[in-house]
Amino acid sequence: MTDRQQARGRLPYGLLVPAAVGVAFLVLPLVALLIRAPWSHLLTLLATDDVLTPLRLSLETATLATLVSLVLGVPLAWVLARLNFRGRSLLRALVTLPLVLPPVVGGVALLLAFGRSGVMGRWLYDATGYSLPYTTTAVVIAETFVAMPFLVVSVEGALRGIDPRYDEAAATLGASRWYTFTRVTLPMLGPGIAAGSVLCWARALGEFGATITFAGNFPGTTQTMPLSVYLALQNDPEAAIALSLVLLAVSIAILAGLRERWLRA
Amino acid sequence: MRSRLALTAATATACALVLSACGGSSSSPAAASAAATSAAAAATSAAPTSAAAGAGGVTGTIVVDAAASLTGTFTALGKSFEVAHPGTTVKLNFGGSDTLAAAITSGAPVDVFAAASTKTMAIVTAKGDGVGTPTPFAKNELEIAVPPSNPAKIASFADTVKSGVKLVTCAATVPCGAAATKAYAAAKLTFKPVSLEPDVKSVLTKVELNEADAGIVYKTDVLAAGSKVLGINFPEAAGAIATYPIVEVKGSKNAATAEAFIAYVVGSEGQTVLAAAGFEKP
Repeated sequence: MTDRQQARGRLPYGLLVPAAVGVAFLVLPLVALLIRAPWSHLLTLLATDDVLTPLRLSLETATLATLVSLVLGVPLAWVLARLNFRGRSLLRALVTLPLVLPPVVGGVALLLAFGRSGVMGRWLYDATGYSLPYTTTAVVIAETFVAMPFLVVSVEGALRGIDPRYDEAAATLGASRWYTFTRVTLPMLGPGIAAGSVLCWARALGEFGATITFAGNFPGTTQTMPLSVYLALQNDPEAAIALSLVLLAVSIAILAGLRERWLRA
Repeated sequence: MRSRLALTAATATACALVLSACGGSSSSPAAASAAATSAAAAATSAAPTSAAAGAGGVTGTIVVDAAASLTGTFTALGKSFEVAHPGTTVKLNFGGSDTLAAAITSGAPVDVFAAASTKTMAIVTAKGDGVGTPTPFAKNELEIAVPPSNPAKIASFADTVKSGVKLVTCAATVPCGAAATKAYAAAKLTFKPVSLEPDVKSVLTKVELNEADAGIVYKTDVLAAGSKVLGINFPEAAGAIATYPIVEVKGSKNAATAEAFIAYVVGSEGQTVLAAAGFEKP
């Protein structure tokens, strides 16, 4: 406690100015959205199935995408953080590539891979007659593609923060590698995984470019909230603002709720 | 531990904010460039004839807001106009007609507005932001775009609504989608697209990549896409022809040049370039 107080005394106050500018920069557009919102007839704008259907689809697909990312991303992060092998930095760059790829390009890449004439998709289409584009599964794939790197980067960072000597200590006490991973590494990794999942979920929820390119846009099957907002913007900006507010409110409610529950550590 | 977690989260959030900004735009200028190249050639040969009209204060810079589907033709026309009228600069700004109209009515400093539909033009004229009556300068007709191999063997408009055919159209809120809806209604066909795209270029992308059996787009888009798609004319398209109007924006600081540019687009030079790109006479 005394340590912390001493540290606070040496706080560089010069940081507060850019921090305040940062907050203003991030919050101002949201405030503008609130100011321009059509409050007087907000309820009439929102009291339709056109809002609930895409909202439910968005929440479902973002959650599924996060689950897929957890299953694939945590082991991947472990490989990147704990295994020493040639080409590791290349692998890391490849894995984080979707972060720098414009999402629309990501969508085209997914079509080229999993579309009915894609590298993998052609094989699936020829064998079963099934093609992924225009399905809800395609929405989950697009969101996972764009959001999983966020989880991998967060979890890898958290893994690097954990002293590997804990693993070594467990090993010297006779724990198997799997036992060490599930009983030592994973519990210490909890907050990192939680933070990564939240980021991943938030990114999946807001996903637009890859989704509309790979999965298309059809109400009920592939039209998520961001797609619905974008299309509304073309002819009814007020409805678009109203829809954005719903998406914002729901994500803030969920993120704040999760933070209380998970990220207290 | 806690601060490290917060730091990781903060870094990644910063990345997310930068990256998600890339999500919106999806139009591809590459598709239009083919039309632009051929159009530019036509325009250059036609340019000297209009040099006589260069008198009367036609100089300086004008800003032209034009519909995205005019990207190829107006880029070529802007360049040849500058050649025909030395001392002028045409600044072009392309986008969805409705987006451009909204910008103009909220006071964007624009001299000329060229829209892809009379409906979007009406947004500007209704607010009194146009000078005089808009002049129609081109027409665009719908066409069925299919992959070169035509996997679903589309031969007629009715073929596009057969079961099992993956049909892609624009959303009804976009001019190309409104036109498609109108054409299907006129033909008394119920259409079940697998996707309602935000703009005509996205429809073309799906067809080009062979992920759609048929897409309803404009003739000019099929022409601009070259050999990547096959265009199929259909008589029912006559019921949903898009008219492109052009108008001088009220408050233009360079009215003489704005008027000269409109005359250039409506005149023979403009019509030659537009016809080469697949537009029809108004």
